[in-house]
Amino acid sequence: MINELGHFALILAALIACVQAVVPMIGASKRWPGWMAVAEPAATAQFLLTAISFAALMHAFIVSDFSLKLVVENSHSAKPLIYKISGVWGNHEGSMLLWVLILALFGAMAAWFGGNLPPTLRARVLGVQAMVGVAFFAFILFTSNPFLRLAVPPFDGQDLNPLLQDPGLAFHPPFLYLGYVGLSLCFSFAAAALIEGRVDAAWGRWVRPWTLLSWLFLTIGIALGSWWAYYELGWGGFWFWDPVENASFMPWLLAAALLHSAIVVEKREALKSWTILLAILAFGFSLVGTFIVRSGLLTSVHAFATDPERGLFILAILVVFTGGALTLFAARAGTMQAKGVFGVVSRESALVANNILLAVACFVVFVGTLWPLVAEMLFGRKLSVGAPFFNMAFTPFMVLLGVILPIGALLGWKRGKMGRALRQLVPAFVLAVALAGLAWAMQSGRSLMGPVGMFLGAWLVASSVTDLLTRIGQGRDYGRLLRLPRADWGKAVAHAGMGVTMAGIAGLMAWQQEDIRAATLNTPWTVGAYEFELMNVERVQGPNWFADQGEISVRKDGEEVAHLYPQKRSYPVAKMPTTEAAIHNAFRGDIYVVIGDAQQGGGWTVRVYLKPLANWIWGGALLMALGGALSLSDRRFRVAAGARKATQPSGVPAE
Amino acid sequence: MKRLALILLLLCGPALAVQPDEILADPAQEARAREISQGLRCLVCQNENIDDSNASLARDLRLLVRERITAGDSNAEVIDYLVDRYGEFVLLRPTTGGWNWLLWAAGPLLFVFALGLGGLYIRARSKAEAESEAQLSPEEQARLKQILDGNG
Repeated sequence: MINELGHFALILAALIACVQAVVPMIGASKRWPGWMAVAEPAATAQFLLTAISFAALMHAFIVSDFSLKLVVENSHSAKPLIYKISGVWGNHEGSMLLWVLILALFGAMAAWFGGNLPPTLRARVLGVQAMVGVAFFAFILFTSNPFLRLAVPPFDGQDLNPLLQDPGLAFHPPFLYLGYVGLSLCFSFAAAALIEGRVDAAWGRWVRPWTLLSWLFLTIGIALGSWWAYYELGWGGFWFWDPVENASFMPWLLAAALLHSAIVVEKREALKSWTILLAILAFGFSLVGTFIVRSGLLTSVHAFATDPERGLFILAILVVFTGGALTLFAARAGTMQAKGVFGVVSRESALVANNILLAVACFVVFVGTLWPLVAEMLFGRKLSVGAPFFNMAFTPFMVLLGVILPIGALLGWKRGKMGRALRQLVPAFVLAVALAGLAWAMQSGRSLMGPVGMFLGAWLVASSVTDLLTRIGQGRDYGRLLRLPRADWGKAVAHAGMGVTMAGIAGLMAWQQEDIRAATLNTPWTVGAYEFELMNVERVQGPNWFADQGEISVRKDGEEVAHLYPQKRSYPVAKMPTTEAAIHNAFRGDIYVVIGDAQQGGGWTVRVYLKPLANWIWGGALLMALGGALSLSDRRFRVAAGARKATQPSGVPAE
Repeated sequence: MKRLALILLLLCGPALAVQPDEILADPAQEARAREISQGLRCLVCQNENIDDSNASLARDLRLLVRERITAGDSNAEVIDYLVDRYGEFVLLRPTTGGWNWLLWAAGPLLFVFALGLGGLYIRARSKAEAESEAQLSPEEQARLKQILDGNG
């Protein structure tokens, strides 16, 4: 019964989306207030109904209702509750339902917090948002219905892929989707502005918080996924340049660019058509990502069950929306004249450079991801494009971005003075060069990666501090630091976070140490500065798995640093093994231990990795997200959000 | 298709890749083997190099690489040997031959193009008449005031 209610609510939500896609648009073009006003309650209703539908599916997973095909295929009665819940989106159908739920949520938030938008713009934004909604509701209902029943329910389910039964991955998709799908609202704003034929500073200000919010969630989502890969896949890789990862990374890069170009629109009424184009492309790449994950065009370990019919459907959605918006863009771009004036040396120019670098970096990822397909179709060559290509082709642009970022961040608006900015940065530069030199001197190889990473890290962090210090003026009144606008703090924290991540990636890749051996009990061995000893191996039992668990003592200078328990698990229902690495986390780096099979000659395969600065990668990502959140909480956005928002308590998530 | 994905996952599943019995006695040769391995694709996996993969085919390739190295091949010879047998699909780092130059040049080319475009744009902006703030229409002035007062 509850399942049918959920199914019915989903159909109702789809119908409401149809109304919301048509009525407000007509109202906006005819200037009929009553028709435009339909958008707001429709968006709310659409969200509530989708939420009911989602809750019904979640209920089915929690009570293990094996009359639902989806539950049988992705759940098991013995699974811990948290993974029953995360099982809802650990499969194609459920994740699509989560996708439309978030789409509806963003639409509803635009309705709730968009009180200050001009009525026609608001009606059009919600109309476009609902059009995207209609397409995805149709996709779910016609090709991927999660509420299909089985005539003969089995006794128990087939369990969720054990790799997905993990806290990091349980919450990775929701964050990722909040980011991906949040960009739909930027797309709706862009399309609505094109229909209106009007892009001004106010538009830049309205679209920025939504971009910031999406980017922030995307950052957390990607970081969670990468962290999961690091500890779960058993060798501590954190990024594989897999098509599916690239699919989430491309919108992130474009959202970061959009975030910065919207500032120029807001401040100077310039870069308007570029910003609109970015907003369209950012969501376009989200759709490309969805297409890649679900079509099977580019197979990947992360991909869901693939099906050509679904692939075609999403391709159609992609073509209609991106193509439609781009056509509209081509027709209207000419009317968007830039108004503001700025000098060659100015913050605005630096932001243009930022956008060039981010967009080109995104393009490199895009070309690399699709090249195997292009080469096969056009030249009949079956080839691979893997991590070595991306590391070489993508990294230079990021390094360049890291080098110029501090200078741009300190340049004045409109007309900056290069000499002044450079003078202020001298201490940061000296510090960064000194650290890079130290890294060069201390490392054994002659690789440049480590020193360059340390330089960028120190350069970005120190310059962010410099940025804040210059804001307090000559008086050295440190109390003023706390009274700075939150957006200034957000900028500094996010930029420093990027430095921390860069340093982490470089440190890990340059200085990782590895040791593989057949270890016998009570025979110590050394890796780097540490001594390891396998104390014991025993069989342990979990709720839906059993494992061989090793006990390894890690010592440094005779003192125990850590006692680690790596596991090799088996999930009998899903018939899959997983490795659970044991990781000793520390600020300077991780000790990462994995246990494998018993060896014929006695002993066990044990792999030990020393991973310097590993935590910095995700710590930096968290800082970036925190910076985004700080910016989002800035008073400016609350002012921009208008009178309705002013009466609400602060800290509303949509700010 | 789903079954296939599952099989692939099983084949390349998370477990130990390089086994202790594969490791060469000479650390220099082993280091070369690892370096080569990281550029070679496990053919039955997706985007995994043979160093990280647990598939039995990856193990065969790892052993093959080590066999060639002990036989005295240079790194380039080992790679050529594998490309001869398995095609360029095995290379994670595509060659620059044929149309592949476009893949490698795409980023730099676009970068140069975008720099030019961006430079022209910035120049145009810096030379443009200062018409912006002064030329708000009365309508826009009113709207601006409304927004700034926070009751738009």
